[in-house]
Amino acid sequence: MSDKVDFIIDGEEVSANPDQTILIAAEEAGIYIPRLCAMKDLVPFGACRVCTVLVNGRPQAACTQPVASGIIVENSSDKILKIRRTIIEMLFVEGNHYCMFCEKSGNCELQALAYRLGISAPDLPYLFPDRKVDATHPDILIDHNRCILCGRCVRASRDLDGKNVFQFVGRGLGKEVQVNSSAKLAATDIDVTDKAVGVCPVGALLPKRVGYRIPIGERLFDHNPIGHEIETNIHNSSVKE
Amino acid sequence: MMKYSEREVKEICSAYSCDSSRMMDILRDIQKRFGCVPEEVIDLIAGQVDVARVEVDSTVSFYAFFSKTPKGEVVIRLCNDIIDRMNGSDVIAEVFSRELGIEFGETTPDNKITLEYTPCIGMCDQAPSALVNEVVITDLSSDKVRSIVKTLKETGDPLKLVSRLGDGFNAHHLVKSMVHNCIRRKGKVVFAFADCDPNAGLEKAISMSPVEVINVIKNARLRGRGGAGFPTGMKWEFTRGAEGNKKHVICNADEGEPGTFKDRVILTELSNLLFEGMTIAGYAIGAENGILYLRGEYAYLYDFLASVLNFRRKKGFLGSNILGKPGFNFDIRIQMGAGAYICGEETALISSCEGSRGDPKNRPPFPAQKGYLSSPTCVNNVETLCCVVRILDKGAAWFAEMGSMGSAGTKLLSISGDCQSPGVYEFPFGISVRELLREVGAINAVAVQIGGPSGQMIGEDDFDRTICYDDLATGGSVMVFGSERNILEAVKCFMDFFTEESCGYCTPCRVGNVLLKRCLENIIAGKGEPSDLDYLKDLGETIKTASRCGLGQTSPNPILTTLQNFRPVYEALVHEAKDGCRPSFDIHAVLKDAQNITGRKSVYF
Repeated sequence: MSDKVDFIIDGEEVSANPDQTILIAAEEAGIYIPRLCAMKDLVPFGACRVCTVLVNGRPQAACTQPVASGIIVENSSDKILKIRRTIIEMLFVEGNHYCMFCEKSGNCELQALAYRLGISAPDLPYLFPDRKVDATHPDILIDHNRCILCGRCVRASRDLDGKNVFQFVGRGLGKEVQVNSSAKLAATDIDVTDKAVGVCPVGALLPKRVGYRIPIGERLFDHNPIGHEIETNIHNSSVKE
Repeated sequence: MMKYSEREVKEICSAYSCDSSRMMDILRDIQKRFGCVPEEVIDLIAGQVDVARVEVDSTVSFYAFFSKTPKGEVVIRLCNDIIDRMNGSDVIAEVFSRELGIEFGETTPDNKITLEYTPCIGMCDQAPSALVNEVVITDLSSDKVRSIVKTLKETGDPLKLVSRLGDGFNAHHLVKSMVHNCIRRKGKVVFAFADCDPNAGLEKAISMSPVEVINVIKNARLRGRGGAGFPTGMKWEFTRGAEGNKKHVICNADEGEPGTFKDRVILTELSNLLFEGMTIAGYAIGAENGILYLRGEYAYLYDFLASVLNFRRKKGFLGSNILGKPGFNFDIRIQMGAGAYICGEETALISSCEGSRGDPKNRPPFPAQKGYLSSPTCVNNVETLCCVVRILDKGAAWFAEMGSMGSAGTKLLSISGDCQSPGVYEFPFGISVRELLREVGAINAVAVQIGGPSGQMIGEDDFDRTICYDDLATGGSVMVFGSERNILEAVKCFMDFFTEESCGYCTPCRVGNVLLKRCLENIIAGKGEPSDLDYLKDLGETIKTASRCGLGQTSPNPILTTLQNFRPVYEALVHEAKDGCRPSFDIHAVLKDAQNITGRKSVYF
């Protein structure tokens, strides 16, 4: 075992393994750093930028930035919270998110982060893009309207399922998730039991015929804000990078 | 569209050993051969190189020069950067459109000619300009356009458009280009041809140990010429010290910052110097593999540069035991880009060299630790590598004495816009903007864009500031705007560029720049409110802070620096809404769809 690295996050001293990212080290210390593209068992991606923190005053994505001895990490200053709110708002206005009739409502990490950060409606102007729905697969639905391009499905399919069902195409605002077929999702080798199907933080990738199985009121973030489990479950040994 | 044949696709893939890291080359050849990369061909390539078809799709969809739908046999790409517009590219566009009978983005009904816009092609000193397939046409006029269209309609051959060749190696039989070098001022480092022997730098380098070479570069205080200004010696030291048997030297010749074209001139006139510099870098860091990443727009230089490499191989300047030094092996290949500004970012450039979409990579690990194909990689700018040779030849002290405090040596500047003599100038660092403007014959300049769109727009109050890393840093682009110019038109043009060129990987850059641009457009259209100026500033700062790479960290600069230096221009356009409604909100436009569906007008509006 290599030596521990000590650093400070929001005034609190934290001890971490030197190969850990700031996000994971904070998490093990019971400090929640909001994130969307980062997920347990998936390689860090650094795309959503929600986990932006200041490291010795410099902005870094906590999900990709390794810890270092003596660094001072700012995770909840007004400046950081403002940046996070703006990023969350950007994700809302970039797509078409209709929380009131989305099956994911209450289990949605984007929605939950908005609530945690005190956003009831975005101040940014909506872009109202014209996006497609792919319902060709008998068991799985893709609604690009709700996709936030976090790349979880891309990584999960490639690294956990060994399949490469998804990848990004295009660039800029035209960037989107594409399936591994010149046709639609039904023509790929995806299966509803694939890990990729379960990793979507929003309602963009959904299994069919299970909608509202968990009633509103009993969903993941109905009673406690997102991150609550980390903040109350200090030293959760199951959390690994 | 040319019908593709399975056999030909296989042949093209085999020519690159079906190696997925050579995807850029495969796709370039396919695009050239068939005029597009259709879905069926994507399937074939995926099968040949053994990757998921969506990976191939991902790469194809990223680059402007690849297309899944058929294009004409000839593609005319008219440059629409701000300098070209200032030189009348709008009129040129009209004439092209009229003569061809098609709009931009369309192909003639006989599938012969496609007409498109393209961002800066590195010809701002001879704008307006266009690419016709790989042929560069400069100094466009309405008459020229008519004659171009006539020739293309008659022959279908862009090479027939080449008439009077440019100066220097532009006239070389392997270049045959009408481009002019426009070297206006030769300084003491890069353009000091006469006093340097070929390979003088390389010979001195191999008489020393690699560590000594690195020390010379450190003592010379050489910093990267691409814009970021990282100390070159340090970069070499990190790469040399990194773990890994295979190391790589990559020369970043993806000169894409609008308004810069100095690397074009180096590549044309000083390619031996550049390759010598790369070879020295290879020696210093212990790399055997070099890659010149050449932007797709400079494809007209490919054959020539390849022949220079061959010449150097024959002479023993590349290959095994270079210049008789046992164990010193180094060679260089050229990697062509395919139209993506982001690939000038060093980690995106590496992604592109690996055959992927040009997404920047997460750092750490830095390229010096884990770069090209996960090996330690040193990425240097074209001009930097030329400086290296001179430093080895003339000594670190000679170099360090030139320039200013934190910025040793000279800098090549690509100067364009409202001035009498646009072109390439080599000045010692520390020259003031005022002196510069005098030198280039810019009489009525009111604004200067230093460092391209990602740099800053300064006004007359700042003309006594100096070009150097500690004050006005620039990779070389300097655009001059005269008093008759509309500053916001330039800003809008730059924001169009960034939204077009963002890779889309991270949220702030992908979405934020579009929001900035929309607000700016509202202001220009007279629909802005005073509060919009604070909105632009706040949003711009957030994008700069939270973006993942240099593109997003600088893309709000056109707006932020003009808000700071030209605020009255904005203030004159915004006004408080009288009726409490946002001027940018058009209730009738919003209701249009609903009215169409219901078949009746709104009772209230």
